[in-house]
This record gives sequence, structure tokens and C-alpha cells, in this order.
Amino acid sequence: MNPLEHAAGLPDWAALVVSFFLVVGAGLTLIGTVGFTYLQTFYERIHAVTLGTSWGTGGIVMASMIFFTVLSSRPVVHEILIGIFVTVTTPVTLMLLARAALHRDRSEGNPEVPSEEAVEANAVDGPPTVSE
Amino acid sequence: MSHTILAWSITIAEILLVIAMALAALRMFRGSRAQDRVLALDTLYVNSMLLLMVFGIGTGKVIYFEASLVIGMLGFVATVALAKFLMRGEVIE
Repeated sequence: MNPLEHAAGLPDWAALVVSFFLVVGAGLTLIGTVGFTYLQTFYERIHAVTLGTSWGTGGIVMASMIFFTVLSSRPVVHEILIGIFVTVTTPVTLMLLARAALHRDRSEGNPEVPSEEAVEANAVDGPPTVSE
Repeated sequence: MSHTILAWSITIAEILLVIAMALAALRMFRGSRAQDRVLALDTLYVNSMLLLMVFGIGTGKVIYFEASLVIGMLGFVATVALAKFLMRGEVIE
């Protein structure tokens, strides 16, 4: 292993905390991507990706902030820009993508997705109740 | 001792993220539909952004942070444009 010369001034507790956040962030990103690869339908897959953009990004951003703050003994918080940016943009992209996929499925007449009429009837009358 | 743990965990995090990128690339090639490929490209962007941040910790240089910020912004714009294209058939109407 390379001994990380630039991190020689890092105290032991900071090294352990940074290691923890790095492995947790990268591991959760990998779990999310495994789910993305092996889940069956698109609407299931779109959930799995958010593991990497929430805790994956959060863990690695946290590790980077702790590392550079402790190493240079002044607050280094510019990594939080990435955290804020990813948190704001991920719902926007995934909503757009899910709506585009729903539009494509409906225009093909795919029976797996609810039709627009069924959704509107559900909104007016409430969910269909099981009668008899 | 704890610095050895830090070096090992940086290497482990890099390996995990590279495996995640390989899985996303696999889904992008296998696809089945266009929206799966777009989502795989978005995942690939996010994973490479995180990998560059881990490189930044491993080398102690700030330049990697700027690179990952640029990747994040371009990835957002690319995914929005592709989703718009899937929805409408054109990007700018």
C-alpha cells in the first residue's frame, strides 16, 4: 500500500472516521447500482439509483469534508456544493425521466401501466373499492 | 496503523465504485429500452463523480473536486435533455 504522504498530519480518529464514511458511501452506491442492474422493470430500477445519489454522495462528501478540514485545520466546506447540487437535481431528472417513460408506455398501449383515464377516475372517486 | 486503514479503505472505495460503474455500463449496453439506457448513463455520471472525489482524498489535490463538480452539472443537463427528447421527440421546440 502507498503510505499517503500528504495525509501524514491526520490524527488517528479522523483517519478512522474518513475510512468509515468512504466505505459506507461507496458500498451503498454499489448496492444501489446492483439493484439497478438486476431489478426487472424500469419503474423498479429508478428507485435503486437514488441510493447512490443520497447516501452514497452524502457519505463521500462527508468523508472529503472531514479529511480536508482536519488536514488543513480550517473549515473546508466547498464539497457541500456537490451535495446540495446532487440533492436538488436528482428528483428533477428522475421525475422527468419517469414521466417520459410513462408517456412512452402509455402511447404504446402497454397494459403494465395504469391508463390516464383510470388515474383521473381514481383522483375523483377515490381508489376502487372491493365490492361484494 | 489508522493510516494503513485509510489507504486500504480508499482503495476499497475505488474498487467498489468501479464495479458499480461497470454494472451501470452493462445495463446501458443491454438496455432493453431507451429510458433504461438514459438512466444508466445518469448512474454512470454520478458514480464517476464520486470516484473523482475519492481520487481527491487519495491524492490531496483540489483539482479533482472541480472536475467532479463539472461532471455533476453536465450530467444533470445531459439527462434532462435526453428525458425531454424521449418525451417530445425533440429537445428545443
